[in-house]
Amino acid sequence: MPQHIPLKDPGGEARLFITRILFSVLLVLALLGVILARYYDLQINDYEIYRTQSDRNRVQLQPLPPKRGLIYDRNGVLLADNRPSHILSIVRERVEDLDATLAELQTLLPISESDLENFQQKLQRRRPYEAVPLRFRLTEEERALLAVNRHRMPGVTVDAQLVRHYPHGPLFSHAVGYVGRINEQEAQSLDERDYRGTFHVGKVGVEKFYEDLLHGEVGYQNVETNAHGRVLRVLERFDPVPGADITLHLDFELQQTALEALGEQRGAVVAIDPWTGGVLALVSTPGFDTNLFVNGISSADYQALRNSPDVPLFNRAIQGQYPPGSTVKPMMAMAGLQAGLVTPETTVPDPGWYSLPGDSRRYRDWILKIRGTGHAPRVDMHMAVAESCDVYFYDLARRLTIDRMHEYLSGYGLGKRTQVDTTNERPGVLPSTRWKRDAMNQPWYPGETLSAGIGQGYMLATPMQLAAATSVLATRGQWRTPRLLRSVAGQELPNEPVETLSAPPAYWEAVHESMRAVVHSARGTARKIGEGIRYEMASKTGTSQVIGIAQNAIYVEADVAERHRNHGLFIAFAPYEAPTIAVAVIVENGGGASAASPIARAVLDAWLVDDPEPVDGVAEEQTDG
Amino acid sequence: MGDYVRQLQLPGESSDFSRRQPLALRLHLDLPLLLLLALLTGFGLFVLYSASGQKMPALIRQGQYFLLAYCVMFAAAQIDLKRYQRWSPWFYLLGVLLLVGVIFFGVGAKGAQRWLSVGGFRFQPSEILKLVMPLTVAWYLSSRALPPRFKYVLACLLLVALPSVLILLQPDLGTALLIAASGLFVLFMAGIGWAYIVGAFVLACLSAWPVWMYVLKDYQKQRILTLLNPESDKLGAGWNIIQSKTAIGSGGWEGKGWLNGTQSQLDFLPESHTDFIIAVLAEEFGMRGVLVLIALYLLIVLRGFWIAVNAKSNFGCMVAGSITLTFFVYIFVNMGMVAGLLPVVGVPLPLVSAGGTSVVTLMAGFGVLMAVATSDSGRR
Repeated sequence: MPQHIPLKDPGGEARLFITRILFSVLLVLALLGVILARYYDLQINDYEIYRTQSDRNRVQLQPLPPKRGLIYDRNGVLLADNRPSHILSIVRERVEDLDATLAELQTLLPISESDLENFQQKLQRRRPYEAVPLRFRLTEEERALLAVNRHRMPGVTVDAQLVRHYPHGPLFSHAVGYVGRINEQEAQSLDERDYRGTFHVGKVGVEKFYEDLLHGEVGYQNVETNAHGRVLRVLERFDPVPGADITLHLDFELQQTALEALGEQRGAVVAIDPWTGGVLALVSTPGFDTNLFVNGISSADYQALRNSPDVPLFNRAIQGQYPPGSTVKPMMAMAGLQAGLVTPETTVPDPGWYSLPGDSRRYRDWILKIRGTGHAPRVDMHMAVAESCDVYFYDLARRLTIDRMHEYLSGYGLGKRTQVDTTNERPGVLPSTRWKRDAMNQPWYPGETLSAGIGQGYMLATPMQLAAATSVLATRGQWRTPRLLRSVAGQELPNEPVETLSAPPAYWEAVHESMRAVVHSARGTARKIGEGIRYEMASKTGTSQVIGIAQNAIYVEADVAERHRNHGLFIAFAPYEAPTIAVAVIVENGGGASAASPIARAVLDAWLVDDPEPVDGVAEEQTDG
Repeated sequence: MGDYVRQLQLPGESSDFSRRQPLALRLHLDLPLLLLLALLTGFGLFVLYSASGQKMPALIRQGQYFLLAYCVMFAAAQIDLKRYQRWSPWFYLLGVLLLVGVIFFGVGAKGAQRWLSVGGFRFQPSEILKLVMPLTVAWYLSSRALPPRFKYVLACLLLVALPSVLILLQPDLGTALLIAASGLFVLFMAGIGWAYIVGAFVLACLSAWPVWMYVLKDYQKQRILTLLNPESDKLGAGWNIIQSKTAIGSGGWEGKGWLNGTQSQLDFLPESHTDFIIAVLAEEFGMRGVLVLIALYLLIVLRGFWIAVNAKSNFGCMVAGSITLTFFVYIFVNMGMVAGLLPVVGVPLPLVSAGGTSVVTLMAGFGVLMAVATSDSGRR
């Protein structure tokens, strides 16, 4: 063969090259065949699979959280709005090493334990590629820092979301309540679909009670994202339905007046329009800045609020249960008239004390301590209410008996929740023999009836209940469930009355007259606040003995004396002839009703008198005349 | 061979050719090859515009590279084959020295020293070897009887091994293998016995285990493992392959349309304008586009083999065959790795991927091919 000859053999070499080139061509064709087969497999056989995968890659279903409905006062003053807040979120699927990313983020901005805890919880419940919020309310500076470092941290996103804001801080803390971040427990009870993309839910108050109205309906959008999760294009969009804007009966000015009048004192004011049941003012002091709760309160702030002896988180207006004291007397008088036990003319001897027949124990009248005697030798209903005579009502209570007292006073809404449209309301106590058996498994003692007759003993009422009861007095027996909500999206809501007490007008007039005398008579217990007044009111003072320390309050040695002082109460409706407002005021440890009555006067003035300085004006007129 | 081809020309056409061919010949250009390269680079720019995120500057830069590359090709085509033959050993020596220089003075990134920096100008000496290696082996064999005897084969293997090992030390496994292959292809063209080829293949298979255990670095092993099971590390090493397969597969027969590939336009596809550009093409132009590209490549390869077969010298034939085969290796490795057939190595899709170096080197190779095609010197 030519190959073995070491001499050049051009013909042989040419054949050799042709063989090798032919072989190469075959090899090339074979390998290209392999490549083509692979591409055919990918592009034709598995086309559907990869098509779907590529769509899933780029198209992402994103929830569009609805805008939470706004809350207005009766005059259109905004009480709760939404402001853009920047949220730091993480898309788990796009983060390579979550722990490292979290550690890195912590070097850039503060992330609290509760933030992390919340984040970890939400991480468990997320959908694939869903952004899980880690930090809320980023500052300008933090956002800048994140923007600079973002390229190093894939999967970390910063989005603006509308978040609840309360422009008036503590002023409406107890009236409106607040929203907060959805916690694990809430996440389980809330509709998962509706709350996709929503991080906040009403926690307390109107915000919670009308959550369904305010929340709206979630929307969705299909978006095209790039590999870094950035949204590039919206392919399809179902708009969310924003939550309804709601208007409350609350009056900004009245609320402010009440808050200012209470000042540093602990207490509550509830004002109601007796003809609509609309709650015009709901104040409990001290309040707190509800904005703190929206994005997760810091534990220091929370401890400060929790541990304050003034319990600012406690809504005294609906949760505070106080002995109503003498404020029940007009209702008792009415009950006596209805039961036929007394007439307006009936008189009772008043030595300054009372004792049950066959019992030597003396039940003292409050005036005995001051004057050493009773209000007058004989006291009628008018004087008994105007001067707050205990003896008259001891006698009436004994004759009425506790169970009938329960029956009549129930008509004013005492002893059960008023069903006002907010959360955490307490029912108070309107005792009866049955109640005592059920609650304490004890029989009723006759002496306890006397205490109940002047609103002491077991009887407890919230300021809301007292305001509602005052409305029933003002409307002559019509019960309307107190309502904070006035209208939804401009639609007024009716509040039909229930006739709970029917009595001849003369009875009502007699009771009203006696209540008018509380302020507008020389011996009325609240005559002091009648100075320079330009309208007439029907009212009743009250003082309730502090048996223990107020609900979950904390003993502070120096404060004990102060905290044993009596609570001051005052209820009123005005104007006398055609009442448009009923108000209940309590000042904790105010000493007596004189602490509460000026507050009521201020609130009534704000509601009834247009002149900014009515009291001075009247005084001048009088001196001139 | 040349005479044989001349005899094939029909008498009627000869006058027509005689007017045109002399010009092309005088310019040392192979018109069919030039036309195919123009089509390929034009198509490449088209794809690149989409793959680079529709950035005009990237396109202009690549256009400039092409311009430079065509100039280099033209220049390379002008040089007589004899000169290549004469100069190649010296260039080989220079290349080896530079590679040694890289080891001592080289600069680089990501733990590999591949560059030499001279007066602010950086270049990779290994690029020189891509062209010089086949030239040198061909030079060595051209003066000897073919098929070469055993001792000459051994000498050739040494010639191949020296720079390959130096490049392997940088370390740059992909380039080392490509350069070694370009030298071995010359041996293959020179007709070494099938026993050698089969033996080498068996040896390669046998050495797979020790190479895996002692030679491959972790990241290289990882690439191979990822190839076998890309799902094992979806966001890490497997990400590229999953995304490129998704891009290719979702293109289907028709493709999503130019500039409409979601995988590439939305950044899911990594390295979309460089090594993974075939995935962009496959996604946007579909299987049809892939077929067009493969057809273009195939025609270029076939033209290269045609030039080799018709070379007037052994040297020219071996060089042309090796350059053509190496060019095909680029195509095969790149298309294979992007489609998940081969492990991911840094091999661009020839004349389509963005980048200047590979384009210039490849076009210089085609310049040499044209020199072979138009040279009448160096008779066998």
